[in-house]
Amino acid sequence: MHVPDGFLDAPTSVATGAIAVGALAYAMKRARHEQPDDRTAPLAGLVATFIFAAQMVNFPVGAGTSGHLLGGALAAVLVGPATAAMCVSVVLVVQALLFADGGVTALGTNITLMAVVGVGAGWLAFLAARAVLPKRLPSVPVAAAFGAFVSVPVASLAFVGLYAVGGQAPIPLDTLTAAMVGWHSLIGIGEAVITGLVVSAVIALRPDLVYGARDVVATTPLEIREGAVL
Amino acid sequence: MADGSHGHTLYFHTHSAVHRAAPHHKVAALVGFVLVVVATPREWVAAFAAYLAVLVVVIAVAHVPFGYIARRMVVELPFVVFAVLMPFVAVGPRIEVAGLSLSQAGLWAAWGLLVKGTISVIASLTLAATTEPHQLPGALARLRVPAQLVQIVTFMVRYLDVVSSEMRRMRIARESRGFQARSLSSWWVQARAVGALFVRAYDRGERVHLAMLARGYEGEGRR
Repeated sequence: MHVPDGFLDAPTSVATGAIAVGALAYAMKRARHEQPDDRTAPLAGLVATFIFAAQMVNFPVGAGTSGHLLGGALAAVLVGPATAAMCVSVVLVVQALLFADGGVTALGTNITLMAVVGVGAGWLAFLAARAVLPKRLPSVPVAAAFGAFVSVPVASLAFVGLYAVGGQAPIPLDTLTAAMVGWHSLIGIGEAVITGLVVSAVIALRPDLVYGARDVVATTPLEIREGAVL
Repeated sequence: MADGSHGHTLYFHTHSAVHRAAPHHKVAALVGFVLVVVATPREWVAAFAAYLAVLVVVIAVAHVPFGYIARRMVVELPFVVFAVLMPFVAVGPRIEVAGLSLSQAGLWAAWGLLVKGTISVIASLTLAATTEPHQLPGALARLRVPAQLVQIVTFMVRYLDVVSSEMRRMRIARESRGFQARSLSSWWVQARAVGALFVRAYDRGERVHLAMLARGYEGEGRR
């Protein structure tokens, strides 16, 4: 899934590197307001580790093939978009330098596509869905699934845009767009189902941890049930 | 898409000049080297042979077996598929090769992708094989990466094994109860495991933070 070295020309790689640095600087500033007090570093580190580990879980699709989570939209809903962008970027850095997965010079491209566009589009789509759906806890996984579904083809569209600027082979753009967006819409369906299921699992365990559900949790009145079943 | 690493880093333990070299020099050298490779016009075939020779020398000096590097080159596979498709889908003048009509520009593009991608993957694998994960944050700090990001990398490197083995324990527990991830119906079970993994990772992050505060940690950027 990661763009390797030499896929886009050097100027495009440098330009996306600049975009990535700018976006990360903004995310670092914003992340301070997303997490309570000053726990950003250890928490973001463990969330990054979580994303890395969650990407290794294979979800069987059938016929011997399986897919895995990309996790941009999931991270945005769980910990907030700015923290998510930082975590996904760190995952990409560690994957490139310690696992040779994704090009070193394509790091800016990969961060732009997955941490900036992927997380950003997923979060905006999540917010849009939340605005339409009723303001209740069960709406949150549905909105998260929608965010995940949107984030994958949008990121692939951003890739096509970069390829149009700095691609290394004259592939007709309409063919590339159709193939990329079509294929990634399919991946997006899987991503949506997994994201929705994971978010609802976390909401069932610890709704207070889900950043995208904070407003709902905050307005839920404390309920004391008499005669609880032991 | 397949991730053959499963949380184990690629570090190959041995003693050599490459292993001893300062990690920030190695990271800077890797980025510089790959930038040069990517910027080289793909028609300069001899230049790529020279790059490969440089890598072979470095790997030999590092005492890392070539097979070790070669086996881990599978990360590149999805893009080999992409490169192989290129001559068929690219436009422009076409030539006949073994009865197939291939795009000339596409052939050059495929060559460029394969040679640049392969050399870069070998270079990255060499860094990963000769640099211990815990050296990475220090290298990034020396290269002026912002402290906040370096700290996140530090925690990620430190807890990579902890979280992956937590995930492995959960998988072993599922499978010892007879669970097999075979069909779509297993998604809900696995998604719940991923959810539980998040809660555990988040809780661990909170505990680590409290433990740091208890030991006198005073906020970001200080140790």
